[in-house]
Amino acid sequence: MRYLKIDSPRPRIAVFDFTDCEGCELQLANKEETLVPFLNAVEIVDFREIATGEGEDYEIAFVEGAISRSDEVERLKVIRGKARLLVALGSCACFGGVNRMKNAYDLDAANAEVYGPTPKETLPVRSVKEVVPVDLEIPGCPVCKDEVERIVRHLVLDVPFAFHAYPVCVECKQRFTTCLMEKGQLCLGPIVRAGCEAPCPAGGLGCWGCRGPAEAPNVEEFFALAKARGFTDGEVSERMAFFGGFEGIAAGGTR
Amino acid sequence: MLYKTLRKEAFRSVVEAILAGSEGVGPRRVGTDRRGKPIHQFLPAERFEDMDFSYDTTEFSAKTYFLPFREKLSTYRFTDGDWEQEIRYRAEPRALIGLHACDINALLRLDKVFARDWYPSPYYLSRRRNTFILGIDHDPCEGAFCRALGTDTVTHGFDLFLTDIGESYFAAVGSDRGLALIEGFGAQPITDEDSHRYVAERKRIAALTENGLNLNNLPNLLDIEFKSPIWAKWGAKCLSCGTCAMVCPTCYCHGVYERISMDFREGAKIRQLHSCTLVDFAVVAGGHNFRPTPESRLKYRYYHQHRGFVEQHEEPKCVGCNRCGRACLAGITPVEVIRELQEEVGP
Ligand code: SF4
Ligand code: SF4
Ligand code: SF4
Ligand code: SF4
Repeated sequence: MRYLKIDSPRPRIAVFDFTDCEGCELQLANKEETLVPFLNAVEIVDFREIATGEGEDYEIAFVEGAISRSDEVERLKVIRGKARLLVALGSCACFGGVNRMKNAYDLDAANAEVYGPTPKETLPVRSVKEVVPVDLEIPGCPVCKDEVERIVRHLVLDVPFAFHAYPVCVECKQRFTTCLMEKGQLCLGPIVRAGCEAPCPAGGLGCWGCRGPAEAPNVEEFFALAKARGFTDGEVSERMAFFGGFEGIAAGGTR
Repeated sequence: MLYKTLRKEAFRSVVEAILAGSEGVGPRRVGTDRRGKPIHQFLPAERFEDMDFSYDTTEFSAKTYFLPFREKLSTYRFTDGDWEQEIRYRAEPRALIGLHACDINALLRLDKVFARDWYPSPYYLSRRRNTFILGIDHDPCEGAFCRALGTDTVTHGFDLFLTDIGESYFAAVGSDRGLALIEGFGAQPITDEDSHRYVAERKRIAALTENGLNLNNLPNLLDIEFKSPIWAKWGAKCLSCGTCAMVCPTCYCHGVYERISMDFREGAKIRQLHSCTLVDFAVVAGGHNFRPTPESRLKYRYYHQHRGFVEQHEEPKCVGCNRCGRACLAGITPVEVIRELQEEVGP
C-alpha cells in the first residue's frame, strides 16, 4: 500500500459521517459472507456504526457525507490532519450527493422550508474535496461493497486500483438486462461510470447517475438521443444534477 | 450433407426430446420495445412454450453461451508456503434451439479464432463440442444485411437446420447426433419434389433479404477511406458504450484480470469481454492511449470486422445481423456507415 503512503499490513481505519444518511457506512457492515475476512484485513480504530471506542491513531479515514456546516468543516480538517490517507466514501462525499440540490435554492428559503421557525446554521453544500485534499474517491449511492472490498485488497497488496472507465451499459450486458432506453425509459447509463454492476436497470429503473460521469462521456450526443426519444433537456439536466456528479458537465442541452 | 424431411407436428417432439436430455436455450420474449415490437433474448428454457420461434432477432447474440461476458479461467489457492491451481473447462451439455443462419455463421467465425487458430481455447472448444445446435430458416429481419455477406444460408456448424417447405421441414443434418434425433421422430428421405420446394423457398427468402447493398471490394475501400470525414461524423455521435460489440455475435475481444478473495487465500484469473469502442481499450502500460478518440475506436471496429479479419481468415467477421445497429442508442448502423463510405468514392 506504499503507493498511497501506508506501510502496515493491516491498515488502521476510521469511518466518519457528515451530512448523509449513513447508508454507505452501513454497506461497509453489509455482505455477511465476507464480513469477517473484510474486518480482519483492517484494524478498526473508530467506526461509530459498528464499534465502540474512538481511537485517534488511524492511518486511513473513510469520510462519508457532504460538508454543509461550519462545525463540519472544522471536524473534517482535524481528521485530514490525522489521516495519512483520506478516502471520500459515497456520492455525498465525492460530489455533494442529493444534498447538493439545496445549492440551487436560496439558502435562507431552503432553511425555512426544512426547519420552519427553528432555522439551523447551514452553508452551501460542498463535496469533501472542495474543503480538504482527498486521496481516493469511491462514488455510489450507496457505495458498492464489492468495489470497496476490491479497493481495500488493492491497498493491502500495494497494487494501484483503477475504476472502470467505461459506462454502466457494459454491466447491463453482463447481466442480460434488456436496455431500458429501448423500452422507452430514460437512463443515464451511457454516460455514467460502471462499477455498481448496474442494479438499477436490472430492477427496472433507469440509471440516475449516482456514480458520476464515465471517462469522457459524450454528454452532447446523450442529450440529442434523449430528445429524439421524447425526453426534454430539462428532464435530462435534472437527472444529471440529482447526485451532483455532473457538476460542471451538465451545463447545457443540445443546440 | 445429408437431407431429410421432418413432419411439422414432429418439431415439438424433437424440441421436447432435446429439453429432456440437456439444458435448452432458445429465443424467449423478454419485453416490448418503445415502438411496440417484441424484444427477444436467447435464454434457458424448460418447456417448448417458453420459446418463441417466430422471433425476428434477439437483443443479445448467442455467443455468450460460448464466450461468456465473464468467465473464470483458473483459480489458485494458497496453502502454507505453497499454492494449488485448478483449471476447469468441462462444459455440461446444452442445446441452442432456434438459431438463425447468421448466428450459426457467426459461430463458424468464432471457430476460426478459438478452435482452428494457433492457440485453440479449451474453454471455447468444450462448450462448442457439448452444444447441440438446432437452426431454423426464417424471413429476413429488419435492417439485416446477411444477404450481402452470404450469411443468410449456412452449410455446416450445426446439428440440424430446418427450412419450412409447407407440410414438412426440409432438414439439413449436420451430425450423427442430429440424425439420430430426427430418425426417432419419423424423418423421411427427401424426394425431388421436396428439393424443388426447398429451392423455391430459399429463393423467396433470398429475394426478401436483398437490400441492394453490395460489399464487393469493401476491404480495399476501407483502406482508401481511412481518413474519410465520415469517421469523424459518426465518431462524434458514438457514446463509447461498448454495446455494439457486447451484442455482436462475433466480437470476441476480451481482457484478463486477476481477483483475490477477501481472505487473501484464493485468487482467480478472469476473462471479461471488452470492446474496442470503450475508452480505455487501447491504453497500454505507462498510460498512453493508442485510440484516444471515439472516432478512432469506432473506425477500428469496422476495420476489424470488414478488413483485418479478411486478411487473417479470408472472410469478414461481420455476419450482417445488424444487432449492433439496432442496439446503438446513437443510431450508428453498419449499413448506413458503409453506404456513406461507398458513396464518397463515387457511384
Ligand atoms: S438500461 Fe441504461 S445502462 Fe443499461 S444498456 Fe440501456 S442505456 Fe445502458
Ligand atoms: S445504475 Fe446508476 S444510479 Fe444505479 S447504482 Fe449504478 S450508477 Fe447508481
Ligand atoms: S457505435 Fe453505438 S453502440 Fe457502439 S460504442 Fe458507439 S454508441 Fe455505443
Ligand atoms: S458487426 Fe453488427 S451486423 Fe456485423 S455481426 Fe456484429 S452485430 Fe451483426
